[in-house]
Amino acid sequence: MAKKSIKDKTNRAKSGAKSRKTGHSMAKNSIKNKTAIVGIGVVNFSKNIGRSEWYTASQCIKLAADDAGVNIYDIDGMVKNIDDGPDPSYVQKGLGIDNLTYHSESHWGTSAMMNAVQAIASGAANYCVYYQPAHRASGPEKSISDYRVARETRDDSLDLIRYDFFSPFGLIGQTGYVGMTYQRYMYEFGVKPEQIGWIPVVESESAARNPNAIFFDKPITIKDYLNSRMVVNPMREYDVAPKVDGAIAIIITTTERARDLKHKPVIISSCAFGMAPEGQFHTSYTRDSITELPEMKNMARELFRIAGVSPKDIKAAMLDDTFIPYVPMQLEALGFCGRGEGAAFCEGGDRIRPGGELPINTDGGSFGQGKLDMTRIVEAVRQIRGTSTNQIDNADMILVASGAGGPADGLILRG
Amino acid sequence: MVEYADKRIPIMRPYIDVDNQEYWDAVKQHKLVIQHCKKCDKYFQPPRPMCPYCHSQDTLEWKESSGKGYIYAYIMFTADKMAYPAFKLPYAVVLVELEEGVRITANTHEMKPEEIEPGVPVEIMFEDLHDGQTLYRFKKRGA
Repeated sequence: MAKKSIKDKTNRAKSGAKSRKTGHSMAKNSIKNKTAIVGIGVVNFSKNIGRSEWYTASQCIKLAADDAGVNIYDIDGMVKNIDDGPDPSYVQKGLGIDNLTYHSESHWGTSAMMNAVQAIASGAANYCVYYQPAHRASGPEKSISDYRVARETRDDSLDLIRYDFFSPFGLIGQTGYVGMTYQRYMYEFGVKPEQIGWIPVVESESAARNPNAIFFDKPITIKDYLNSRMVVNPMREYDVAPKVDGAIAIIITTTERARDLKHKPVIISSCAFGMAPEGQFHTSYTRDSITELPEMKNMARELFRIAGVSPKDIKAAMLDDTFIPYVPMQLEALGFCGRGEGAAFCEGGDRIRPGGELPINTDGGSFGQGKLDMTRIVEAVRQIRGTSTNQIDNADMILVASGAGGPADGLILRG
Repeated sequence: MVEYADKRIPIMRPYIDVDNQEYWDAVKQHKLVIQHCKKCDKYFQPPRPMCPYCHSQDTLEWKESSGKGYIYAYIMFTADKMAYPAFKLPYAVVLVELEEGVRITANTHEMKPEEIEPGVPVEIMFEDLHDGQTLYRFKKRGA
């Protein structure tokens, strides 16, 4: 049961954090079932890939085009996350493509998917590739002194603006930011590490069966999780996805064109974003409740509305497990269980294992493979095609969620 | 209680811009001020360029906070690699809900790790540091 909030002892009514009535009606959306994922290309993950991100970007796009049966020269749209790898002008040059009629870079999670879907649905491009080469394991580490230099040289690239209120107090790094939310979540709902530890345990089981998941040859136990090093109390080492080198590309086109290509089309039934008042990346500490992921909640409402389905129709969910404590909060925000019930839902692991009530991250997730957000889309595609290394039965409708703790985005894919 | 391990390592300074200048100027004067809309009687933290309720840019003011509140959440830095090296380990960062309703983060003053819990009443204090900047901390108070 939830503990009594201290909120009533203070005057929250005067606070800017009180939620407002926005007044605007829900956006119209006509993207339902219009686009499909037709190709996936994954460059094998490693701790040091020994190639440039330009090299692996080209490589994963070639793999995706081959997988789809699409000629590289027919790609006329490119989207990517702003932080990952070379921009479309380099990649276009490398691939020898004459022209791109659409290109864009997006910010958080897997939000570039929306750009691809909109570009295809509107006809701005015929074949759009979404690529993510990211060499985070071997890439230069952003050290603490870099943070200081960034501050002094007004380099915004390290997300420091608005973090002034934290860093002078030694609150640095995303693990610490998320730890604050996790601490409050444990306090409000009596959540225990013995419950959420089952998420990395189950993911490591799936990872052990997935050759591209390089971190776990054999599964960890709940005891291993509990014994893992405390990095920022209450966050343990096994609460955070490791860094990895890898590259992924997917190709999106219209559902109509998809029917003539190599694989059974994976139809994008729905694609949605979500934001919410008083948001700040991993540090939305001023809003009424800091443990609710309202961006994810808003995203989910739109996602299910467009697809015309409900959480009980979803056969598996690929969730953002960059930070494990966000997983139970996502289960709640996405409507798979009630508020404060996410940790109990994961306890023991049976509900979230392949074959369970709601299998999650059947490829091992970011925890088992390293963080590359697009793995979630790839695994959803493989489940629908029937080619996952942890294949579930009747995988005809899969949900993907990204951007936990910040602006959220999601997909519902179907066969 | 926060202690600095190595005084040669600079403590990170806030990035001061036109939106938050007055907040940090007040801290220098040992005052905590919170941005407030006169018209809507709402407080905001972090500071912003417009009241999100009435969309006025002329009704914003800085009101001095009582500096009193309750611990809402906390984290404890215990491991070398994740912590900022200027600080002696372990050190806590608390998220405090102020009487005005907004929440701010800071270190603690003379509080043992076992005394740091959500709901514990605290109040602000200021410290002029060896490097010339002024920061605030929270210490225990009677309920």
